[in-house]
Amino acid sequence: MRDLMKGDEAGRRRWIVGGVAAVAAIAAVVLLTREPSLPTNAGSPARVRLMTGAQFANSIEYMFGPSIDVGSAFAPLQRVDGLLALNASQVSVTMGQMQDFQRAAVSIASQVMSEGNLDRGVPSHRDALVPCKPAVATEPDDECAATFVRNAGRLLFRRPLSEQKVAELVGNAHRAADSLDDFYGGLQVVLESMLINPQFLLIEDTTEPDPDRSGHRRLDNYGLASRLSFLLWNSIPDEELLDAAEKGELYTQRGRKREVERMLASPRLENGVRAFFDDMFGFDHFDSLSKDPQKYPSITGATLQDAREQTLRTVVDHLLHKNADYRDLFTTRSTFISRALGPVYQVGAAPGWSSYELPANSGRAGILTHVSFLTLHAHPARSSATLRGKALREVFLCQRVPPPPPNVDFSAVEDPDSSLKTAREKLEVHRTNPSCAGCHKITDPIGLTLENFDGAGQFRTTENGAQIDTSGELDGKPFKDAVGLGEALRNSPALPTCLVKQVYSYATGGSIDTRDPMLEIFEQDFADSGYRVVDLLRDIAMSEAFSRIVPAPPSKQELAAPTEEIEILTVMN
Amino acid sequence: MMMKRPITRRRVLRGMLGGAAVSVALPLLDCFLNTNGTAYADGAPLPVRFGTWSWGCGMSKSIFVPKKIGADYDLPEEIVSFKPVRQHINLLTNFNGFRDAAPNLCHYTGWVIQRAGSPPMSTFDRPGQTIDVTVARRISAGTRYQSLSVTATSDERDTLSYENATTVNTAIASPLALYEKLFGAGFQDPNAPEFKPDPMTMVRKSALSGVLEDAKKMQASVGAADRQRLDQYFSSLRDLERQFELQVTRPEPREACVVPSKKSVEQAISGIDAEHVAARHKIMTDLMVMAVACDQTRVFNMLYSKPFSGTTKNGYDKPHHTATHEEPIDESLGYQPNASWFTRRAMENWAYFVEAFSKVKEGDGTLLDNMLIYATTDQSFAKIHSIDGLPMLTAGRAGGKMKTGLHIDGKGSASTRMGYTALKLMGVDVPSWGTQSNTTSQEIGEILA
Repeated sequence: MRDLMKGDEAGRRRWIVGGVAAVAAIAAVVLLTREPSLPTNAGSPARVRLMTGAQFANSIEYMFGPSIDVGSAFAPLQRVDGLLALNASQVSVTMGQMQDFQRAAVSIASQVMSEGNLDRGVPSHRDALVPCKPAVATEPDDECAATFVRNAGRLLFRRPLSEQKVAELVGNAHRAADSLDDFYGGLQVVLESMLINPQFLLIEDTTEPDPDRSGHRRLDNYGLASRLSFLLWNSIPDEELLDAAEKGELYTQRGRKREVERMLASPRLENGVRAFFDDMFGFDHFDSLSKDPQKYPSITGATLQDAREQTLRTVVDHLLHKNADYRDLFTTRSTFISRALGPVYQVGAAPGWSSYELPANSGRAGILTHVSFLTLHAHPARSSATLRGKALREVFLCQRVPPPPPNVDFSAVEDPDSSLKTAREKLEVHRTNPSCAGCHKITDPIGLTLENFDGAGQFRTTENGAQIDTSGELDGKPFKDAVGLGEALRNSPALPTCLVKQVYSYATGGSIDTRDPMLEIFEQDFADSGYRVVDLLRDIAMSEAFSRIVPAPPSKQELAAPTEEIEILTVMN
Repeated sequence: MMMKRPITRRRVLRGMLGGAAVSVALPLLDCFLNTNGTAYADGAPLPVRFGTWSWGCGMSKSIFVPKKIGADYDLPEEIVSFKPVRQHINLLTNFNGFRDAAPNLCHYTGWVIQRAGSPPMSTFDRPGQTIDVTVARRISAGTRYQSLSVTATSDERDTLSYENATTVNTAIASPLALYEKLFGAGFQDPNAPEFKPDPMTMVRKSALSGVLEDAKKMQASVGAADRQRLDQYFSSLRDLERQFELQVTRPEPREACVVPSKKSVEQAISGIDAEHVAARHKIMTDLMVMAVACDQTRVFNMLYSKPFSGTTKNGYDKPHHTATHEEPIDESLGYQPNASWFTRRAMENWAYFVEAFSKVKEGDGTLLDNMLIYATTDQSFAKIHSIDGLPMLTAGRAGGKMKTGLHIDGKGSASTRMGYTALKLMGVDVPSWGTQSNTTSQEIGEILA
């Protein structure tokens, strides 16, 4: 059960200076817009984001149910500052992509309007999904068409349709039904057109003048409803949220609080949390990951698919169901197991998913020792201390490890005589070579600790017959094995800092400057809440900064002057 | 023999909207061509198509570059697979990519120069647009797909095609997805005896006007950067509108078009080892041949392996890219045997690719005769990330405008010369191509017919 009271307090702290409990009670009635403590430059630019494939699928499922096959019409995004989601406010829709959208729209709309086949046991979707019946199915029925487009349009476009728009769509449905002698065919064509309409596929931050800051703007109620909904549910708003937006309630403390709490308590929150962590953890790479079947015969496509699911289940259980400390994700032994994962964890498992406690002597604890992290950051036929160390720094600590220099000389590590048995021995050469050492010293002492796990995430104590030395250190904190690494990461101050930055970027749809004044505020609140992610989400969702619009920063078109020198970034201690 | 198309678009639409399906018998094929087999009977020339092909991690120069320049070049062991198709292939060696003040971005700078004419400033930088996009804008009007990008790696992110800095043309990564795109819903067999336009299409087109208006309205309400994106959205909707018009117009018959069976693509092929990559590449090549023959597209990109080639060799612990760096040069051989193994597999697949297009008859020649295929890689010697001496390949005669079967020595000149030559051959009239040291207005004259 989530500790909502704790969250309440964290939320209240945002509205006042100091966060003193006694004052908080008074501040509870103060309008959001009157918060005195917010830095003047707090806020984010108005953006236009292309809906992601997952958001599209969630939205269609929410509207029309899980039996509608959504297909996969969306091109993959490119990672920006560690998140795919941030690329959604940069990409354009090519003609090829539009054709894919249109094909998906036809498929979805035809399913929604399908008559079904009782003889074959196929239910009629139209009876369930069109809220009225035409007088005659072979003729236009403007009243029923209007009911459908008004309801569906409000959800898809995330705001009410103007009467002019309703009339246009009903007119289209009428003409199409006339031509086709089919009311539902006409409605199908209209639904198809709505599904490729930019008002559906593009999530526009619609704004209005900020009544409390002359000359500034803020999200309008509908823009705010969408931002909340895509953050917390990774999907479109529901009727209640749109009702609240329509009444202007999202700009009253009581109204927004009620809606945010309702959204946090909704089962749809799981979709939102999964989407964020799937993105942050780079799990999209599982879509194309495979392992060498000769080297790892027990690793199948199902193993890798379940590895992704295992970690996501752990995240949801830990952060939502248990409302536990985010940092403990890196030390917890509690997880889930499936039959496909059984051989890797050397445990028999029943069909389906069941809870599983990683044994104390398994060498595993926390998600760094999950098969997901270990396989994703390894080669197809061997482990990679460097890739794992790099991933840990980049994914969980938001640090950047530069690529190797183009003229790197590998001759020192080439070892045709195979006298070097372990990865540590081989990588030692990198660490003693000045042009390599800069980066390898920040990746390898972490990655080598995970050498207890091969490229498929299977536990081992030796490599090529030699004992594996798993000692290492993270920013000066030594440890002797992977469990120790998890603890060191758990206690790294950069860990929650990174999460806060990524969640706030994700929430506002674009990169966040590390000097953004809100980061420090959110981070402090996150710490005060005991690093509860639900509290962090609440804090961001309730903050005035979340709805404030500021001018877009200058574009990054002009990139930094090129250099071939290795860039050694400061690693936070 | 001249044959008028028996129905007009107007008649089709009128008939369809009146509720009657239009059914037209079509005697066709060779009778549509002129007596020389180089043009349609009405004088329209057979279309010349443009394709690209790519492989990752370059070559082993000592066993890749032929000694002989010109025709009948020798085939060193890394390209021995060219033998049955050498007469269709130009091999271009000793051309350079110039990065000027830009950094040498591993496995990125080389191909970006060859595809876009400029060295990128960072791995996030995509200067200009890639050559396939430029050509597609010139020649693709009227085909179903402006261009198609396909990868045999099974990862749809593996693409070398982009429209601009923020818009990448994603690759189709599975044979089944490619089949569905080409021959699934919406495909109109150009040689079908009957033509029945889908009655839904016109009502779809009509419903699109409101969507276009909404895109225009949204364009007016957003900032400058997003306005460009909305403009692209609007253009894509316009293109869709034109597609709807195409769908109710009977397609030109295509002699070489034979709709493939779906059976060949139903078995999912997973795995990134060279054997599985080759299996996917083969099926996708065969489908792409028919995509071109059936005029579904006139521009395409086929990626065999990506620049950081992740192809594996079963039982060998280093994927291709890793092998190029970590495998020692065998002193007795003078090259890296495993890295070379991967390049040999790539060249075998290239040979299959070329041969597949050469086997299809079109007019009095082959489909390949009416194509220009341009193949690139990302490095010359991957081990040290060299972009000097980048090898390139071409295939096809570009409708008779290009000679083939030659080994060309670039003598250290800009590799962009091949891109420039291709642009000119494809009718893109530009005075020069590339930036700074990569700027060229010098075609590779030896290959011009």
